Amino acid sequence: MKESRGFLRLFTVFFRIGLFTFGGGLAMLPLIEKEVVDVQGWAERDEILDIFALAQSVPGAIGVNTAVFIGLRLHGFWGAVVALLGVVTPSVAIILIIAQLFSQFQSNLYVARAFSGVKAAVLGLIAAAALRAGRGAIVDRFGLLVAVVALGLSIAGIIPVFWVIILGGLAGILYHRRRGDVR
Amino acid sequence: MIFMQLFGAFFKIGLFTLGGGYAMLALIRQEIIRYGWLTPQEFVDIVGIAEMTPGPIAVNAATFVGFRSAGVAGALVATSAVVLPSLISVIIVSRVWQKYKNSPVVQHMFAGVRPVVVGLVGAAVVLMGRSTFEVLTSIPQQVVTLILACVVFYGVAFRKWDPIKALIAAALVGLVAFR
Repeated sequence: MKESRGFLRLFTVFFRIGLFTFGGGLAMLPLIEKEVVDVQGWAERDEILDIFALAQSVPGAIGVNTAVFIGLRLHGFWGAVVALLGVVTPSVAIILIIAQLFSQFQSNLYVARAFSGVKAAVLGLIAAAALRAGRGAIVDRFGLLVAVVALGLSIAGIIPVFWVIILGGLAGILYHRRRGDVR
Repeated sequence: MIFMQLFGAFFKIGLFTLGGGYAMLALIRQEIIRYGWLTPQEFVDIVGIAEMTPGPIAVNAATFVGFRSAGVAGALVATSAVVLPSLISVIIVSRVWQKYKNSPVVQHMFAGVRPVVVGLVGAAVVLMGRSTFEVLTSIPQQVVTLILACVVFYGVAFRKWDPIKALIAAALVGLVAFR
């Protein structure tokens, strides 16, 4: 009984996080921090930063990874599954509704005009995300070179995107090994 | 067959997403265009919808593409596939994280992967920009789009605008300006 109440709480907390965060996984982190640390007391503040670092370093969407990690810590494997379902259910439900209506919406003149504005703004938003990511991730000339090569390769579409990621990882290992970094 | 393709493509997308959803846009775009699930223009539409609806972009895109190509079942298959790598990788990595997070090889690998992620986000801007401008037939529309994109970029990057409010404002501008 107590166990099932724990699962229910886990589900509702992550359902709420999934429902109220717009603009992708990174936008979820402040809300997750508030819910998990301040409201529920499931983790300490310095622990949550470690969890975020891990969530960004392993494959998968950041918001989903964080939910899985916290669910796993609290209630093991099924906790991870419940937190995962909680965080994705709102998006899936909303997108299914929109996807059904989209073709009707799209042919409406006013919707089409407003959406043209949105699409322009999305370009600006993603460019801002690129800048933000670059500030944190490019720390030296090697990083700048890798970023420019990755940009060029993926625009040209010469090799599959996942190979660009793998080559980046290999380049990092080779470069630092040649420099003799022990860090 | 379509279900296996959806599962395979979105599992791969989930598996190669590092450092957030924007980086995976280039990969999602590549996969859905390869299979002909959507046109480049429809992809831009989806990203716009994903930005305006709650939740991770990868999940939004998976649900939308899955639904478009194979109905509700397709949506569930694609969404499960895109989140499965999270479940697997977090469960495995959380066991060994403390031990390996400071190991040199892991650190060096990330020193290479992090800049790649930046490049991929930049590529998403260029590729989506190309698709957006391709369908704009008149010069005034192109100018409005360019100005809107630049203003939102400046506001969000340097003036701490709230992205959602910026999107709503852009929708209103679009309503008036795109005739």
